[in-house]
Amino acid sequence: MSTILKTVAIISAMTGILAYLLSLANKTIGNYGEKKLTINKEHELTVDGGDTLLGALIDQEIFIPSACGGKGSCGYCKVKVIEGGGPFLPTEAGYVNKQEQAEGVRLSCQLKVKNDITIEIPEELFNVKQYDFDIEFMNDVTPKIRHLKAKLPEGNEIHFKAGQYAQILAPKYKGSREEVYRAYSIASSPSEKTSLEFFIGYIPNGVCTTYIHHHLKKHDKLTIVGPYGDFYYHEGDRPMVMVAIGTGMAPIMSILLYMRDHKIDRKATFYFGARTIEDLYMIDELTELTKELPNFTLKTCLSQPTESCNWTGEVGRVTDLIKKYLEDGPESEAYLCGSPKMIDSVTPLLKEKGIPEDRIFYDKFE
Amino acid sequence: MVDINPLIIFVASIFTNNMILSNFLGMCSFIAVSNEIETSLSLGQAVTFVLTFTSLLNYLIYNYILEPLGLEYLRFIIFIIVIAAFVQLVEMIIERFFEQLYYSLGIFLPLITVNCAILGVSLFMVIRDYNLIQAVLFGAGSGIGWTLAIVSLAGIRKKIKNAKLPKGLEGPGITLIITGIMALAFLGFSGIVQIQ
Repeated sequence: MSTILKTVAIISAMTGILAYLLSLANKTIGNYGEKKLTINKEHELTVDGGDTLLGALIDQEIFIPSACGGKGSCGYCKVKVIEGGGPFLPTEAGYVNKQEQAEGVRLSCQLKVKNDITIEIPEELFNVKQYDFDIEFMNDVTPKIRHLKAKLPEGNEIHFKAGQYAQILAPKYKGSREEVYRAYSIASSPSEKTSLEFFIGYIPNGVCTTYIHHHLKKHDKLTIVGPYGDFYYHEGDRPMVMVAIGTGMAPIMSILLYMRDHKIDRKATFYFGARTIEDLYMIDELTELTKELPNFTLKTCLSQPTESCNWTGEVGRVTDLIKKYLEDGPESEAYLCGSPKMIDSVTPLLKEKGIPEDRIFYDKFE
Repeated sequence: MVDINPLIIFVASIFTNNMILSNFLGMCSFIAVSNEIETSLSLGQAVTFVLTFTSLLNYLIYNYILEPLGLEYLRFIIFIIVIAAFVQLVEMIIERFFEQLYYSLGIFLPLITVNCAILGVSLFMVIRDYNLIQAVLFGAGSGIGWTLAIVSLAGIRKKIKNAKLPKGLEGPGITLIITGIMALAFLGFSGIVQIQ
């Protein structure tokens, strides 16, 4: 018995002392003092030297997209460093290609702030905020898709463009030992500034989807950072072709709600594909929108209707729908959202129909 | 306490009792990082540095903490913790004060933590019952021996870079064969000194 106690005591003491020494070293040797961080030539901030650039930016409430939480395994947190970044690190090489390296692109989670540093980030990122949201409601719109509405803390507002996404933080829970951020498109209207809605599909073994489907309780807080993304509604009068399957409907919903709120009467067609009738969710809301937007048409199709569906509409994939119904391609612009497979099969078809590549906007859910 | 001149231990650990070529310890980085002479030399220097100091630290901890308390069996876990912490510390110091070296060592520095030659030296020094000076010189010698082996291998690999190898032997395959031949060659030193 005493041997066990002695062993435990010695190991704890040794690790304790070493940990203390290391944290002491981190405070003294690893402390580079205060450094000046200049962003886009106009914002000058003072940050703690020795931190990673990503950490320093988060301390200043500037949220660079990052899915892995700074471990250098997602490659999202790229930032253009003009001056003071130090040499390129081997841990960055997997995510920053040669051309980007030449332009000064760095992985902000790997790079430590040791000197005064000048960086450039897209102006929109100043708009990105992180809040702990309250859950307003959750309900399952299909067996696999959960509709979630989250409310910002009192007195705060979020401004985003219809079609953009936000990142939801899945905290540690039983079966997942680390915090992860995952991106989900915002489904609510941009004019609703105090809450966000999402459609979250269940993916077996998906860290964040499992959390939201099985662990999140109504009274929990949900940490959300956003908005991000270059997929959004473009103003103009060109006819719009919108294509989505599954949860890809979320950003399209947001775009349609935006058009409704601003009384934009563009010609718009939404091709919405699903497997069975159960997967065809939010149809009442979409039908309602066709009444409010006279030039909006909804085209749905089922790829595998069963007898119990009583389906009298189109059968096939969205590609079949597009082949059949899409007209005046050369004038249109397209918004695609969903799995990479769907986007990769729809894009060539749209080009065939005459939509130029630079007017095909898409958001691949990977 | 064994009665061997510490200098003999030093020389022996470089040539006759080379960590890689006679004990086959530290093979992973030996194979992985022996592509270029320059990087293998930097890694060798880092290994030598860490080896010397961890053998000193581990000697003190073993003889003044673990042995008096009768906890010799804890040496494995304690040695590993000490090595890991020391490498961390060295990394911080090099990053702050020798920035150029830090960038040239890059990813290899933290990798030293898992270099089995380091733990091997600490354990041998206990098994062979060395005193402080013997232990430190053993550590330093082993580091130099490791460096010598990896730099020679890098040189040989540079030579055979343009050789036409059978497909299955490219990379690690031929490297292991070269290592074997090098070990045989080092066996030739065994007449000079012998420790064990």
